[in-house]
Amino acid sequence: MSQTVSGKIYVVKDNIDTDQIIPAQYLNLVPTIPEEYEKLGSYALCGLPESAYPVRFVPEGKGQTPYAIVVGGRNFGCGSSREHAPIAMGASGSRVVIAESFARIFFRNCVATGELYPLETPRRLCETLKTGDDGTVDLEKATLTINGKTHNLKPLGEAKPVIDAGGLFEYARKTGMIESRGK
Amino acid sequence: MTLTEKILARASGKAEVKAGDNVWVNTDVLLTHDVCGPGTIGVFKREFGQDAKVWDPKKIVIIPDHYIFTSDSKSNRNVDILRDFVKEQGIPYFYDVIEDPNGHWVFDASQGQLKRQYAASYAGVCHTALPLKGHTRPGEILFGTDSHTCMAGAFNMFATGIGNTDAGFILGTGKLLVKVPETMHFRLEGRLPKGVMAKDVILHIIGDIGFDGATYRAMQFDGPGAQALDMDDRMTIANMAIEAGGKNGIFECDEKTIAFVNEKTRLNGTKSTFRPVDLDRDQTFIYDKTFDLSKLEPTIALHPDPGNRALARECAHIPLDRAYIGSCTGGKTSDFLAFAQIIKGHKVVIDTFGVPATPDVVQDLQNTEWKGKTVWAILEEAGVQMTENASCAACLGGPTDTFGRLNRPMNCITATNRNFPGRMGHKESKVFLASPYTVAASALTGHITDPREYL
Repeated sequence: MSQTVSGKIYVVKDNIDTDQIIPAQYLNLVPTIPEEYEKLGSYALCGLPESAYPVRFVPEGKGQTPYAIVVGGRNFGCGSSREHAPIAMGASGSRVVIAESFARIFFRNCVATGELYPLETPRRLCETLKTGDDGTVDLEKATLTINGKTHNLKPLGEAKPVIDAGGLFEYARKTGMIESRGK
Repeated sequence: MTLTEKILARASGKAEVKAGDNVWVNTDVLLTHDVCGPGTIGVFKREFGQDAKVWDPKKIVIIPDHYIFTSDSKSNRNVDILRDFVKEQGIPYFYDVIEDPNGHWVFDASQGQLKRQYAASYAGVCHTALPLKGHTRPGEILFGTDSHTCMAGAFNMFATGIGNTDAGFILGTGKLLVKVPETMHFRLEGRLPKGVMAKDVILHIIGDIGFDGATYRAMQFDGPGAQALDMDDRMTIANMAIEAGGKNGIFECDEKTIAFVNEKTRLNGTKSTFRPVDLDRDQTFIYDKTFDLSKLEPTIALHPDPGNRALARECAHIPLDRAYIGSCTGGKTSDFLAFAQIIKGHKVVIDTFGVPATPDVVQDLQNTEWKGKTVWAILEEAGVQMTENASCAACLGGPTDTFGRLNRPMNCITATNRNFPGRMGHKESKVFLASPYTVAASALTGHITDPREYL
């Protein structure tokens, strides 16, 4: 797995709760059913009010987002524990979400599913960055580089090897916590 | 150690744990429902194999409650996925919508939304049903695939919400890796004054510490004010720990807790032995504050987050289009009785929806008479649209045909627990959280109203 993620950035503000990431009406979709997983991706972040976010994260009629990196403010992923939230973002093709702070369950679900790298930023980036900016996240060094300017992020620490492995189960197998498949 | 630390130490087989430790704990109860259960089952089968067996069928409780009374075919299918899994695994505690273990659930929209469409096995909203069905016991560990699982902390449990992947892991192993949270101490003193409810207490506290003020932390409520609260009140407070970002909320165990748990475990024949955790003299808190309940006033969380606090009496300028009472937080019998106390003898002037949390609440309201009239009839005559179909309903929006859902931009005052944009349906709507008293008074005036004017 590549340790850098490059692409366009989508910028949101504080308190993006899981209803805005994946509205409750789409929780009838079961993430472990492949076609429903893909469908979840097409709805990622569609609960953001248009008045505040006129540019859609996933364009109308598309299944994938042009934004590989999401930058938010405080308390990203608060609210419901639905794992559909990091899954929808991952299924849409996004790889990294950067925020000043994360709600606990969302952060844990990112790690357990291996769908998204949740990185904390010590500085409030969501006021200065703009949707559509091009950026590169270096997961090893925990940095975000935009237009030649590098912002330091907080290292992922013990969560990184879990996401690198592809989530909780793959990590648990790799480290011998549970038995390997086809023992 | 704090209450939370004591439970986590015991569940991980250690003499002592401290905040920041990562420990593997044994699960006493795993709760799931129709929106996260099918995905959890999918993870379990993908990871442990199609023929795998769950670690302990008696420790799994499955309560369909979210998207039940809807014509959405995928939602109906999801209840069937639960039923198939229950049959395959021999899980005894499944509170099905229908009687037939081999049947299929299909909601019949032609009967309308108000008339009961469930079998006797159905239990309603999982967090309210769980204690009523004897699945909450002091000193135990409860994980649930729902953020409001923390409600069971009212019963002196460690209870927290998790995702499908963690829940799938528990289905196979019975264990989960947990970071021991720091504990915030909320000492409650005094008694609730007239017109003020447990909902006002927690809205006040969240406003105090902020919508993320308890992130990664345990919220411990104790003191004489906490002891004076009844179990329903404690549930309302513990339920909303998550609205401050809390990992769990927890109360002491006292004679009220024990009486409740003993009665409910006996009624449903569930495990009746338990070991509460009590307060140590030495506890390390990251935050410690005393709240005098007698000083509180009716409180609102304004759009768009549960920490956006205001007093009801300062919000009379806010016009409303809808009032709603229901959910795990605000749909209990005691909530509806408080609501009815204000509504009785008046007419609501805005669309007002009532969704009992459980079938027991429906029965209670249909059996309780005030001056020869049932509370249910009193509410209906006042113009409240009461449904017998107990469920989560419009608290979280749901499919577009969900009862009470905000399908266009509007202002709604509600006894539920969460008001981020789009929570109850339309993403340009504004949702105001309040106590059942305040929701009732506001339904009678059409703007946010301090209920003390009616008491």
